[in-house]
Amino acid sequence: MHIPDGYLSPSTCAVMGAAMVPVLAVATKKVNETFDKKDVPTMAIGSAFAFTIMMFNVPIPGGTTAHAVGATLLAIALGPWGASISLTVALLIQSLFFGDGGILALGANSFNMAFVAPFVGYGVYMLLQKLKVGKVISSAIGAYAGINAAALAASIELGLQPVLFHTADGRALYFPYGLSQSIPAMMIAHLTIAGLVEAAVTGLVVYYLIKAGEDNLLYKFTYRLRGENK
Amino acid sequence: MKKLLIAAIVIILLTPMGLLAPGSAWGEWGIDEVKNMVGYVPSGMKHFSDTVKALFPDYGIPGFDKNFFQQSIGYIFSAIVGIAVIAIVFFILSKMIGRQEGKNE
Repeated sequence: MHIPDGYLSPSTCAVMGAAMVPVLAVATKKVNETFDKKDVPTMAIGSAFAFTIMMFNVPIPGGTTAHAVGATLLAIALGPWGASISLTVALLIQSLFFGDGGILALGANSFNMAFVAPFVGYGVYMLLQKLKVGKVISSAIGAYAGINAAALAASIELGLQPVLFHTADGRALYFPYGLSQSIPAMMIAHLTIAGLVEAAVTGLVVYYLIKAGEDNLLYKFTYRLRGENK
Repeated sequence: MKKLLIAAIVIILLTPMGLLAPGSAWGEWGIDEVKNMVGYVPSGMKHFSDTVKALFPDYGIPGFDKNFFQQSIGYIFSAIVGIAVIAIVFFILSKMIGRQEGKNE
């Protein structure tokens, strides 16, 4: 899901980058209000976890690969705003040091994986909690929804490129495949394999933390952020 | 804390499993792959790709990627480097974000 440089037009990159500015501004404000300084290392652990989990490429039928992101897990642990910052840092390091995702495309990749994924995942998680579904199942379903929402966003950004940016003779300037190809390709990979991996990883970690009596690690820091009384 | 450290080490050592999946992710092809697929390299794509050369492209050590063993070492090395840089970033961030302890709400 890491869009490389050259795949999106500079204007698309600028729009997506501009969209991330207010997200990160609000996220910083929320974290300033709700996190103590001693809680920041937890954000680092979340960021490192997301970074590492994204290295586990899983094979997709048809010869491509995909990976989990950990976005919903971070949103449950840190609150969606804290997760947004942690995921953005992971994506920044991936693009700068490892060429995974473009630097110009960082705004788009952050929008998909550090904004859409944690917020959709967290929203579904909270909704299911309201419906009295257990935490583990809620987190797994939320994670499945979150990563697929991010994949859909990425496929739309990619698929719009040949429609918007092409030469007079119809050759694509940037990403060459349209929506009719990009959406099915991305969604099949994530609705089947990657989404299930994301759901399993999230559910297992939440299950473990509850089982080990360490669910305070998940829920302690951000009760104010989630508007819950402690 | 100790449990977390052990878990982290196990996960890092397992990362080379991520190398076993064949092919690249859909929509993350190199320029040559795109040329093979659509018959030409989109001019804008050519112009903007590789804006910045990564230090460890594809989580590998340049020149030390001849076989699975070398790639695995590069992958584990990359995981350690990545986590270390993330730790540094958040150490700096911790000076700038978060409430001072003991402050009234």
